[in-house]
Amino acid sequence: MDDSRPIFAQVAENIENDIISGALPEEGQVPSTNEFAAFYRINPATALKGVNVLVDEGILYKKRGIGMFVATGAQEQITGARRDKFSSEYVRPLLAEAEKLGINSTQLTQMIAKEAKNS
Amino acid sequence: MTSTIEVHNLTKRFGKLIAVNDVSFSVTENKIYGLLGRNGAGKTTLMQLLTGQEFATKGTISLFGQAPVENAKVLQNTCFIKESQRYPENFRPKDVFTTAPWFFANWDPKFAERLIADFRLPLNRPIKKLSRGQLSSIGVIVGLASRAPLTFFDEPYLGLDAVARHIFYDRLLEDYANHPRTVVLSTHLIDEVSNLLEHVLVIDDGKLIINEDAETLRNRATTVVGMKTAVDTFVGARKVLHRDGIGGLSSVTVAGLNESERRDAKAAGLELSPVSLQQLIIQLTSTDTKEFEVSA
Repeated sequence: MDDSRPIFAQVAENIENDIISGALPEEGQVPSTNEFAAFYRINPATALKGVNVLVDEGILYKKRGIGMFVATGAQEQITGARRDKFSSEYVRPLLAEAEKLGINSTQLTQMIAKEAKNS
Repeated sequence: MTSTIEVHNLTKRFGKLIAVNDVSFSVTENKIYGLLGRNGAGKTTLMQLLTGQEFATKGTISLFGQAPVENAKVLQNTCFIKESQRYPENFRPKDVFTTAPWFFANWDPKFAERLIADFRLPLNRPIKKLSRGQLSSIGVIVGLASRAPLTFFDEPYLGLDAVARHIFYDRLLEDYANHPRTVVLSTHLIDEVSNLLEHVLVIDDGKLIINEDAETLRNRATTVVGMKTAVDTFVGARKVLHRDGIGGLSSVTVAGLNESERRDAKAAGLELSPVSLQQLIIQLTSTDTKEFEVSA
């Protein structure tokens, strides 16, 4: 957990990451709020707030008396939403830094192509 | 939501010193509160007033709807772990854990045993011979295993090492989740506990200066760093919490910014950095605001 963003938002994002990676499969049960609180060493109310963000978005759903589950289609929903934000969150800052350093867009494209080949 | 504590216009004077100055707040049931502030700010006095160990000069206190002073019904449900707890001569940790259940109805001996093992506390060694950290761990164990509906921890971990402090945080969270209760935690180690807190009270020079949800407080301030002229233009008439600088660079902490303000700042070539709870409190409770200027 860092200080740059609200902790509940970071909890939600970490759960999303686990859904994207498949660590939390669709229709699988997710840990309880108290387990998240203990794991991240945060207040249970904060953990609950993070989980509720995902419930509101339909990524998680509750089964009464049993617990919280990952909805079908959650993975696609999260990756779709992240693709929408990719440009503003990654490409734009990259261009801003490149401009600061005098790297033009041709050079930048070449750098990306080179890195992609190496990885 | 029920209030466990209600305080109205509470003042405590010691001669000329006003230790607690016209303080009013309430504490909601089953939340973890942080009571933060500098040395001598009035934290301990406030907790002593709340637990009936000091008489108020002015104002009213109610715990579970009743005045705490000489009130067995209230005090049975309250546990106050003090930094400088004294024990009877010749007491061993074992004796503390034998007598504790007499005072706390919810005492859990199994949980106490587990904590004793966690903290590796020697039960039969005279308390006089224990290290500072071991002495603190006795208090922590009593505070947790008593499961009092209202528990105060006043600097509970003086001398505890990092491992022991994390055991304390983990056991507190775990047990709080299973047995919700109201906890008031007073500490200087703000960074370590900030994520555990749901609500924060900050007291400075006897006055209550912050009474806010921890999450709200965390987003309250942002530090803007960049060339002095650019920073000054951006900051404009905003409320400045803290100002620092060196040469032509300036670093100014302002109240929370919204998304479009953040974009404006970035467009102006400024860097934004988050302010931790600890930094925020240092900035709000220190009178020291310096700006180093380099003469051209």
